[in-house]
Amino acid sequence: MTILRPILATILSLVLGLLATSLFHESPLHIFKIFLQSGFGSAYDFGMTLTYSVPLILTGLSVSLAFKAGLFNIGAEGQLTMGALAVAVFAALVPLPSLIAPLAGALVAACAGGIWGALVGFLKARRGAHEVIMTIMMNFIAAGISSYVAVYLLKDPNTQNPQTLPILPAFSLTQYSLFNGAPVTFALFLSLLIAVVCWLYLYRTPYGFELRAVGENEHASSTAGIGVQKVQILAMFFSGALAGLVGVGEVMGRVGCFKLDFSPGYGFTGIAVAFLGRCHPLAIIFSGLLFGAIQKGASDLEIFTQNVTSDLALVLQALIILVVSADGLWEKWIPVKKGKA
Amino acid sequence: MTHLHVNHKDMKSPFAVEFRHVTKTFGSIKANNDISFKVPKGTVHALVGENGAGKSTAMKILFGLYKEDSGEILVHGKPQHWDSPKDAIKNGIGMVHQHFMLAENLNGLDNIILGDEECTLKLPFIPLPFNVIDRKKAREKISIISEKYGLSVPLNLPISQLTVGMQQRIEILKLLYRDADILILDEPTAVLTPPEVDELFANLKKLKDEGKTILIVTHKLREVLTFTDEITVFRGGSVVGHLMTSDASEQKIASLMVGRKVELRPEVSSPQHLGKHVLSVDNVTIKNLSHKKQANQKNALNKINLSVRAGEIVGIAGVEGNGQSVLLDLIFHPQKYFGPKCSSDSIGSGKVTLLENDVTHKSSAQMSKLVVGFVPEDRHLNGLLLQMSVEENYILGRHKEKKFRRAFFFQNRVQIRKSANFAMEKYDIRPRLVKAFIHGFSGGNQQKLIIARELAKKPNFIVAANPTRGVDIGAIEFIHNKLIGKRDKGAGILLVSSELDEILKLSDRILVFYGGEIVAEYKRHGVDEHTLGLAMCGGCVK
Repeated sequence: MTILRPILATILSLVLGLLATSLFHESPLHIFKIFLQSGFGSAYDFGMTLTYSVPLILTGLSVSLAFKAGLFNIGAEGQLTMGALAVAVFAALVPLPSLIAPLAGALVAACAGGIWGALVGFLKARRGAHEVIMTIMMNFIAAGISSYVAVYLLKDPNTQNPQTLPILPAFSLTQYSLFNGAPVTFALFLSLLIAVVCWLYLYRTPYGFELRAVGENEHASSTAGIGVQKVQILAMFFSGALAGLVGVGEVMGRVGCFKLDFSPGYGFTGIAVAFLGRCHPLAIIFSGLLFGAIQKGASDLEIFTQNVTSDLALVLQALIILVVSADGLWEKWIPVKKGKA
Repeated sequence: MTHLHVNHKDMKSPFAVEFRHVTKTFGSIKANNDISFKVPKGTVHALVGENGAGKSTAMKILFGLYKEDSGEILVHGKPQHWDSPKDAIKNGIGMVHQHFMLAENLNGLDNIILGDEECTLKLPFIPLPFNVIDRKKAREKISIISEKYGLSVPLNLPISQLTVGMQQRIEILKLLYRDADILILDEPTAVLTPPEVDELFANLKKLKDEGKTILIVTHKLREVLTFTDEITVFRGGSVVGHLMTSDASEQKIASLMVGRKVELRPEVSSPQHLGKHVLSVDNVTIKNLSHKKQANQKNALNKINLSVRAGEIVGIAGVEGNGQSVLLDLIFHPQKYFGPKCSSDSIGSGKVTLLENDVTHKSSAQMSKLVVGFVPEDRHLNGLLLQMSVEENYILGRHKEKKFRRAFFFQNRVQIRKSANFAMEKYDIRPRLVKAFIHGFSGGNQQKLIIARELAKKPNFIVAANPTRGVDIGAIEFIHNKLIGKRDKGAGILLVSSELDEILKLSDRILVFYGGEIVAEYKRHGVDEHTLGLAMCGGCVK
């Protein structure tokens, strides 16, 4: 039953959102066709859908992991910025042999994001700072640092754009391209693998058990001898690391350098992805793919329609979250049988 | 003797409430199975039964919180069907819940009128939230009511500054303010001190004399026998007996509730031999953490010296809030009180030794190697992960034991399930669903799971705080036997309880807490209930 609700919510909100386009003299069916065409029409299109999904899966996992520990990480955006920035600087400056390079890059990205998250975890655990406020502020700091680096410290002199020097060829993931030239890289497999690892960690190891226990009941966990503070710091580190790994696919894959504002808010969309997937790592693969498909599907709307822009993706994503979280709707109008106690 | 004060205003039926063949199921569980009973007007009627026997469900149906599947409920002789508590309140039914429903920051007056405010200006276009509440009128109405029933309360103080007994009076006034004439009280004495209990029942008697009908859901048989007129006994979702209090005895009710003979207070032998100290608390003083600047800034604990040795049960008696909770908390989280190192700004002084380790400045994580069984006072807060499964709750705190682990950092889920199943079998935890959330289990079964888990650690020292609170008679007996069994095997047990019966039955030594101090100490058989009850009230000791 827990699976049914997100699925029904998705269908319902797609219908609602598409119907809304008829207000602007567009045929909802036509729009839907554009979505399908653009999202899955060709190997290239599908590849792009997957590419869009990778960062969303990762940030979705990031938000979920923190949430399982009872922490609301609004800072995936800042953590992925720091991860991407760190790997961009590392990959532009440190020459490494081509097999080790991508792995080292991934490690750097994860550590940078992780430290950015762990800082918040530390302040939360030791000083009682509220993680929501802290992560929001850290987002701004990350944005500031990254623009300083991209504009002054390591700016690519060959372009007008605020971006860092291109990464060394050894780091590039595009050499392993699949899907007819779409920049699907090994980052996709990395994100799937990580989702499975997250699931194993949370539900199959005593450490994941501790993390979930702390998220469920801090007092009971502490009474049971679990180091609550340690778990919180660690959870924020892992959460940040997952967000930081977005830098792998983006910097070493799709873009090839750190471009200022490369993220269209992956960190925030990740919150929606996490909630649609009910913070379950395996479900997040699917909610991430869905959100990626919506984003890709909407990207061609400007070309094929007069009145609807790609911002429809945001409308649809918002609708899904609204519908999924509208408890009253589910209790009164669509009675879903409760599972056995 | 029965008090059948028939209300002359409404002669149609002598019964205030009548259940006729009411059935209510939750999933596959029949919470109420063909329940029928009658409550005459103007009586105090007790509903007794074990946890999950269905008495609370019946009352929630009467109050409109649940809807019956079949059957009929008659109120003053008329069949009634509520859609929500609002309907029930309109028809003169009121309920005081076990956990009070009061807004802590509002004063007594506002709490009483909350949701039923009358306004000074009754302009048609100004919605209620922007209108002015007519507090003067409300105050007058309340003062008439409280005079009539002898329920005086301070109306101007915020709820948080009132004693539990006063808060309960506010709850009762809330009902009377809404003209309730059938009052349902769910476990009204669970949180009261002995004198407060007497006062409550004196008030209830007055209410009864004024023609109100009172239904009490309770566990405490002695109160049932002393203060009620009639008793309806529930077991396993059905009504199994109806007694006039005058014909009932404790033994009789208990046997009806459990369905077999129960020994209410079997003799417990004295301990065989005492071993090493498992807990010593030396000269511990804890300052009061309260942020409110009040004149009576007493210490939360004042110069406490106590020790527990292997093979004995030390009982701490006292009315809640006299330092027992602080004592328990500091055994498990000493660092919170004493700081990580000796320093002058910590709020505590003294020394705590646990299983021969000085833990005064340790954090709970640093102490996790010391195996202590802990049955917490508030099981939801400190004992359980409510939204997690039975098996996961069963391994909480034991999750790092080798038994429950496999290679490569994985949990040994087969073993976890096997152990949890075994514990459910051994402790008769129902329903037998290891994968179900513990949230859905009754309080007694949750408590049994905690006991099972804590005793499975094979601890040499057990702290049991109100281990049988909210637990039914059969389970109480079971839990007590488990604790005594552990003691006989050489464990030291610190028992904190506000139940005199429990303290007297189990403890080899009894310490009485009052105002953060130990005011009396007794040996087993060295004290009777009366003296102990007086000692718990501190000032009453003469």
